[in-house]
Amino acid sequence: MRGVRILVGTRKGAFVLASDGKRKRWKVSEPLFAGWEVYHLKGSPADPNRLYASQSTSWFGQLIQRSNDGGRSWEPVGNEFAYDGVPGTHQWYDGTPHPWEFARVWHLEPSLTDPDALYAGVEDAALFRSLDGGKTWQELPGLRGHGTGASWQPGAGGLCLHTILVDPSDARRIFVAISAAGAFRSEDAGKSWQPINRGLRSEQIPNPTAEVGHCVHRIAMHRSRPKVLFMQKHWDVMRSDDGGDSWREVSGNLPSDFGFPIEVHTHEPDTIYVVPIKSDSEHFPPEGKLRVYRSRTGGNEWEPLTKGLPQRNCYVNVLRDAAAVDSLDPCGVYFGTTGGQVYASADAGDSWAAIAKNLPPVLSVEVQTLP
Amino acid sequence: MIRVALPAHLRTLARVSGEVQIDVPGRVSQRTVLDALEASYPMLRGTIRGHVTKERRAFVRFFACGEDLSHALPDTPLPEAVATGDEPFVVLGAMAGG
Repeated sequence: MRGVRILVGTRKGAFVLASDGKRKRWKVSEPLFAGWEVYHLKGSPADPNRLYASQSTSWFGQLIQRSNDGGRSWEPVGNEFAYDGVPGTHQWYDGTPHPWEFARVWHLEPSLTDPDALYAGVEDAALFRSLDGGKTWQELPGLRGHGTGASWQPGAGGLCLHTILVDPSDARRIFVAISAAGAFRSEDAGKSWQPINRGLRSEQIPNPTAEVGHCVHRIAMHRSRPKVLFMQKHWDVMRSDDGGDSWREVSGNLPSDFGFPIEVHTHEPDTIYVVPIKSDSEHFPPEGKLRVYRSRTGGNEWEPLTKGLPQRNCYVNVLRDAAAVDSLDPCGVYFGTTGGQVYASADAGDSWAAIAKNLPPVLSVEVQTLP
Repeated sequence: MIRVALPAHLRTLARVSGEVQIDVPGRVSQRTVLDALEASYPMLRGTIRGHVTKERRAFVRFFACGEDLSHALPDTPLPEAVATGDEPFVVLGAMAGG
């Protein structure tokens, strides 16, 4: 029987939650990398036993861990993330120039076809690539160097590159998102880049429709339709039907269009999920009710999904990398909270169960559907 | 042999228990001790000091013989008791919360 493995990164270590294909009973592992922040773990689509993890603390810096046996054992690989050439400056919070400084890896994106190839999105925002299983890392400097980099400013969480999407139909096409710079696209495997923020509107910046400066929280795509992108922005849920050339708002009837993650159903390209959060300062669900909202129409028309989720006195947040879907049928949907809960739905969101309740604050959730 | 006491997280990373002992040829200073430590335990590179700058990470401290040597220049000789192996060179995480 097929199985599911959930890779959970938290403020104080990582956890692996495992179940068979029924997704009813879950086994929670002991903490991995206990005491360290694990911003992200992800498995290789080409080899489910190959996992990568980003492990860091402010004391001892960044480590990248690699497993070749599905997470039973790990080995540290390369942790040197050196910006290409003279790093230059971006804008600091007060608008003054600030030297680019590596802080941590936010997101790891393994290649769809090569277990030894992966991208890393880092803070201060840059894109790195490894072609040797994480032993060595090289920056793809065309992103920071394309022209607007010096004007990028950090969001509240830092100047982080947190989203990396590779077009399954053409691996040369890559989308990334940076808080608070916006979305960018490369058509040549990361050599050159262009901002793709037309249609975004952010009242928190001097020119609300500027080419860059938007706080994009997350972008998602369905692998069968890579030119259709869905975005959860600081405020607003957005959609593009032309690979990011233009965006339109699809927030519709959401109770709040602020939030962090956005996900697409594995088998229904127009079914998408968001978790509305009250506001940019009140990072908890509106009315204390934890609700996932699902649209079956690619946006605009949303329905609350509440069965099994706390509907009173709930004041957790769901961070941008803390939601994922499996590829079983019905589609499984998963998310983790800053309160340490991991919720799972085995019926595409109709009902939910807490499969872990007392973990450290959850930073990321990824799912592997195992053969 | 030079004795080095690592904090728990770095002992776990290096897969050692207790102090580690390393051979440091020539002058015994922060730099030569850390060079030898990283040569023996490459997984520690970047965790105590920067890869390129070789500067101590902000929340890492160096103690020896009851003194805080964190702000000493990296080429300053370490105390004789460290050089003779009577006392350990202590690497620890700063008491900075978290």
